[in-house]
Amino acid sequence: MSGSAIEIIQSRGKDEEPIVVAHAVYEHPFIVRLCHWINTVALFVMVGSGLQIFRAFPSFGAKIPQKDLLHWPKAFAIGGWLGGALQWHLTFMWIYLGTGILYLGYQLFSGNYKQVLFVPRDIPGVWPMVKHYFFFGPKPPVREAYNPLQKQAYTSAIGLGVLSVLTGFAVWKPIQFSWLAWMMGGFHYARIWHFAVMWAILFFVLGHLVMVILHGWNNFLSMLTGWKKDPEY
Amino acid sequence: MKDNDRKMDEKKFRQVSRRELLKLTPVLALGAFALPKFQEGLLKKGLGFSDWASARMFRSGHLATTFDNSDLTPFTKFPINGYDVDDPGVIFENWTLTVSGAVQKPGEYTLAQVQALPRYRQNTRHVCVEGWDVIGRFGGARLSDFLQLIGADPAARYITVNCADDYYESLDMATALHPQTLLCYEMYERPLTREHGAPLRLSIPTKVGYKQAKYLTDLKVTHVLDRVGYWEDQGYSWFYGL
Repeated sequence: MSGSAIEIIQSRGKDEEPIVVAHAVYEHPFIVRLCHWINTVALFVMVGSGLQIFRAFPSFGAKIPQKDLLHWPKAFAIGGWLGGALQWHLTFMWIYLGTGILYLGYQLFSGNYKQVLFVPRDIPGVWPMVKHYFFFGPKPPVREAYNPLQKQAYTSAIGLGVLSVLTGFAVWKPIQFSWLAWMMGGFHYARIWHFAVMWAILFFVLGHLVMVILHGWNNFLSMLTGWKKDPEY
Repeated sequence: MKDNDRKMDEKKFRQVSRRELLKLTPVLALGAFALPKFQEGLLKKGLGFSDWASARMFRSGHLATTFDNSDLTPFTKFPINGYDVDDPGVIFENWTLTVSGAVQKPGEYTLAQVQALPRYRQNTRHVCVEGWDVIGRFGGARLSDFLQLIGADPAARYITVNCADDYYESLDMATALHPQTLLCYEMYERPLTREHGAPLRLSIPTKVGYKQAKYLTDLKVTHVLDRVGYWEDQGYSWFYGL
């Protein structure tokens, strides 16, 4: 059902032709919306509890002598203390992982991934979008749900999501998944990667939120109902 | 799509949109985590699931990475972490390890008896739950050898230990029998110092630090856990295998 626009009509009594009041596209299938919102909550908890875990040893160097990298405020962390934060982290990681697998599986098998996957033919369209967003360039024509820059951002974000899980397993199980930890340079470096991936995801989230605000209510509503009213394409 | 399908009445569209929105209500179930009434129980379940999954991920024959002597953290920079005191004042001359539970030969065991077992020395990574890690050189007898010495019931599921500082811990049998799990009496080829748990401690490279109890006084082989562990009782994970 996704992809093709319908006309929303208003009936005007028996004899008169109905008039077209709007167009709409079913843009986000149910599984995508479900995963998006569960993942929003899960990511919030993972970041909040992760930062509380980080507070227990806010450094990436030696324990002796300990040089702290930053003192993250407790008010912006979840769990209250290390043990509490670990409970949140070790609970929500399964929800985070579960929605990730469901999302990727659905996208792959339904073919809906084409909507979001950044492919080589999108490359020429990235620069015009950057010029439009950041340097007041002309608006490139909108042909599909996501423009090339969006596809690049979302594809990167999904890649970061996968990396957050892989680095997380390397930190949690550096011996059972020793090949993962080895790829990251051992437990010590896996912890640094895990932290770096979190900031990269937060950077994406910030950009995502700004764009959601700029693109208005109909666009936001589409992630709730699936239907985007009066799309630009 | 037929041309007819491409038109939808305004009312119908609102109805369809509402239905699609309502399909998302299961997401609200996550709100249970915010309710004080359910929060503790749910998080306990989540932690329990993680422990269950951890036990299944544990591979008995898979060894922790060992390191060259050049990778060792200097002994002076090996952190001392105790939950209470650095030195609970064990009188070495009187010290014995009290063995009980599902064993053929319960009783008091001396340090000499432990040291008479084959000695293993290994450079392994010590990972703290807080996030720091060091590489240390640990020496001692394999816990599996000691369990054989005392005639532990191979069908028993757990080992529990008590410590001179009233700390207590418990281990799953698979980890207890792992070849790198040591009853450790030396570090860096020197007798264990008091701060590091003399005369006898656990060194378990496949577990996080708080599982590796120091100043051991009692060891019990058991089918049922009556006590889990000091930090576990504060809310930490029980299995916490690396």
